[in-house]
Amino acid sequence: MKVLVGIKRTIDANVKVRVKADESGVETANVKMTINPFCEIAVEEAVRMKEAGIAEEVVVVTAGPEEARQTLMTALAIGADRAVHVVAEQDIQPLAVAKVLKAVIEQESPGLVILGKQAIDDDSNQTGQMLAALLGWPQATFASKITLGEGEAEVTREIDGGLETLTVKLPAVVTTDLRLNEPRYASLPNIMKAKKKPIDAKTVEEWGVDAAPRIEVLNVKSPGKREAGVIVENVAELVDKLQNEAKVL
Amino acid sequence: MASLVVAEHDNIELKRATLHAVTAASQFEGEVHILVAGADSAAVAAAAAQVAGVTKVLHADDPAYGHGLAENLAPLIVGLAEGYDHLLACATTFGKNTMPRVAALLDVAQISEISAIVSADTFVRPTYAGNAMATVKSNDARKVITVRATAFDAAAEEGGSAAVEAIDGPGDQGLSRFERHELSVSERPELTSADIVVSGGRGMQSGENFSLVEAVADRLGAAVGASRAAVDAGYVPNDYQVGQTGKVVAPNLYVAVGISGAIQHLAGMKDSKVIVAINKDEEAPIFQIADYGLVADLFKALPELAEELDKQNISKN
Ligand SMILES: Cc1cc2nc3c(=O)[nH]c(=O)nc-3n(C[C@H](O)[C@H](O)[C@H](O)COP(=O)(O)OP(=O)(O)OC[C@H]3O[C@@H](n4cnc5c(N)ncnc54)[C@H](O)[C@@H]3O)c2cc1C
Ligand SMILES: Cc1cc2nc3c(=O)[nH]c(=O)nc-3n(C[C@H](O)[C@H](O)[C@H](O)COP(=O)(O)OP(=O)(O)OC[C@H]3O[C@@H](n4cnc5c(N)ncnc54)[C@H](O)[C@@H]3O)c2cc1C
Repeated sequence: MKVLVGIKRTIDANVKVRVKADESGVETANVKMTINPFCEIAVEEAVRMKEAGIAEEVVVVTAGPEEARQTLMTALAIGADRAVHVVAEQDIQPLAVAKVLKAVIEQESPGLVILGKQAIDDDSNQTGQMLAALLGWPQATFASKITLGEGEAEVTREIDGGLETLTVKLPAVVTTDLRLNEPRYASLPNIMKAKKKPIDAKTVEEWGVDAAPRIEVLNVKSPGKREAGVIVENVAELVDKLQNEAKVL
Repeated sequence: MASLVVAEHDNIELKRATLHAVTAASQFEGEVHILVAGADSAAVAAAAAQVAGVTKVLHADDPAYGHGLAENLAPLIVGLAEGYDHLLACATTFGKNTMPRVAALLDVAQISEISAIVSADTFVRPTYAGNAMATVKSNDARKVITVRATAFDAAAEEGGSAAVEAIDGPGDQGLSRFERHELSVSERPELTSADIVVSGGRGMQSGENFSLVEAVADRLGAAVGASRAAVDAGYVPNDYQVGQTGKVVAPNLYVAVGISGAIQHLAGMKDSKVIVAINKDEEAPIFQIADYGLVADLFKALPELAEELDKQNISKN
């Protein structure tokens, strides 16, 4: 079985994001970019399936600018076999990403598709569900465990009340939650090897996908800032303040 | 035109999340309808009909809808979409799972987790773990929206007298099936609607030590939450996680114990009215947003706090 993984280049999770002065977006110049952490988990899962002999090939796909090639390299260094780079200079929105991935999937015919549950920049949490809808496939979102069987997969999902286990027919789209696995650090030899792995780069237009944005971002502002309060000396003072000053007890 | 709110429930009870989505829906022009899709879910439809401001309840009762499977729900909702400008659900794991599937089938964008409504097509939504508030305008004919519960008050559970209309749907799509649940059972209030939340982090060191957090929480009638680090370490179950990729809470009082205050954690709690931090490291970033900070060893401070609450007669039990 072939496993296809969609990955996104995002601002590093440790970066303190700053809104641009003209409120057109956030500052991305000279900001550290990495693979979205949930996508890294998705790649790790696919590579483990290959190492366990369940998957034959792992293909990673990204839609993004020239620089997103670096993100594909990260995935190839973890152990993906080859990459597809759908080159898009403009920011592309989840519905368009889903359409791009669908086009690639129709060519690649994978038995399983793994995506991150959310990208930590735009926090949309929708691409996987949209992709499943467009393909007419089942979806198992927020996965913390995936067990592949004959023509189906059993997936445990992290939901608000606890955990839920579903069986989905294959092919299916699965999106990863934090506790699915702990991604490895790529070794230096694997980083070197990644450079020789094939990357098929074509533009969104060449894939024939309409990636026009449906949502216009009118402005992006900083949220109101919370000020630091006071340091109390001891527990008695804390309780007194909560009771008599903040009046929350 | 009207708005349709997709109800979240367990076939017995209407979840409070739905009430927040109703409030958001009522900010649009036109009627607010609720869809209850479930199995043996008449009680839920009856409860939905009572919600203030709701004028119609569409009730699809079929075993296929009993477990909220998105594969079965989405075609049902899409079949109803023509009558509505806005389709909404709360941004819970249920809403997040279902609504994008609906949006894609309608070939429209989904506007995720809105925190304010500017007009019928313009919304505010947090991005980058709440560090950038984006005002976005949807150019699609139909708007599919998930709503951040903490940004919209719950609609009143009573006061409405909507008609309940039974409807049929396309039923089981044969793509997925429910196997089992492992739901956390707790006597404590639900994390996202609790008035007070006490959360523990990596500083707790073990699951057993969470009993110190629980002792304080129970005296305050509070819910118990946690940082990702505490969940990853297995101290508490996944549904305790507060943050960018967990739950968003905004209680009157949030007490963070042994939590450093990473941006991903702050994203889930910084709209709380009053924030208390207990941490032994005075440099911990959590103190930069806390209204009251206590620099102390939690293993000493938590038992003291429980005792002080008893002494001041604040304990609820
Ligand atoms: C401040 C700001 C300004 C913006 N401005 C614009 C704008 O001017 N114009 C515009 O069109 N959009 C704009 N956007 C939208 C934004 O870039 C897209 O919505 C976003 O890239 C896609 O949503 P997401 O990654 O959060 O999706 P999610 O649904 O959260 O992503 C989930 C998963 O989908 C997969 N995935 C997501 N994206 C890709 C990808 N590119 N390639 C492969 N797999 C992927 C990954 O597996 C990922 O883990 C803006 C967003 C922000 C926050
Ligand atoms: C993609 C992604 C998503 C994430 N999503 C989330 C999320 O949703 N929610 C979330 O919480 N995090 C999330 N994180 C993780 C986040 O970055 C932090 O790693 C995490 O919040 C740290 O948890 P913590 O504060 O408990 O642990 P630490 O940062 O290790 O802090 C422990 C604190 O306990 C204090 N302490 C230790 N012992 C004692 C003691 N005896 N008495 C008093 N204080 C003590 C220490 O001084 C320290 O400040 C995410 C990270 C990524 C990359």
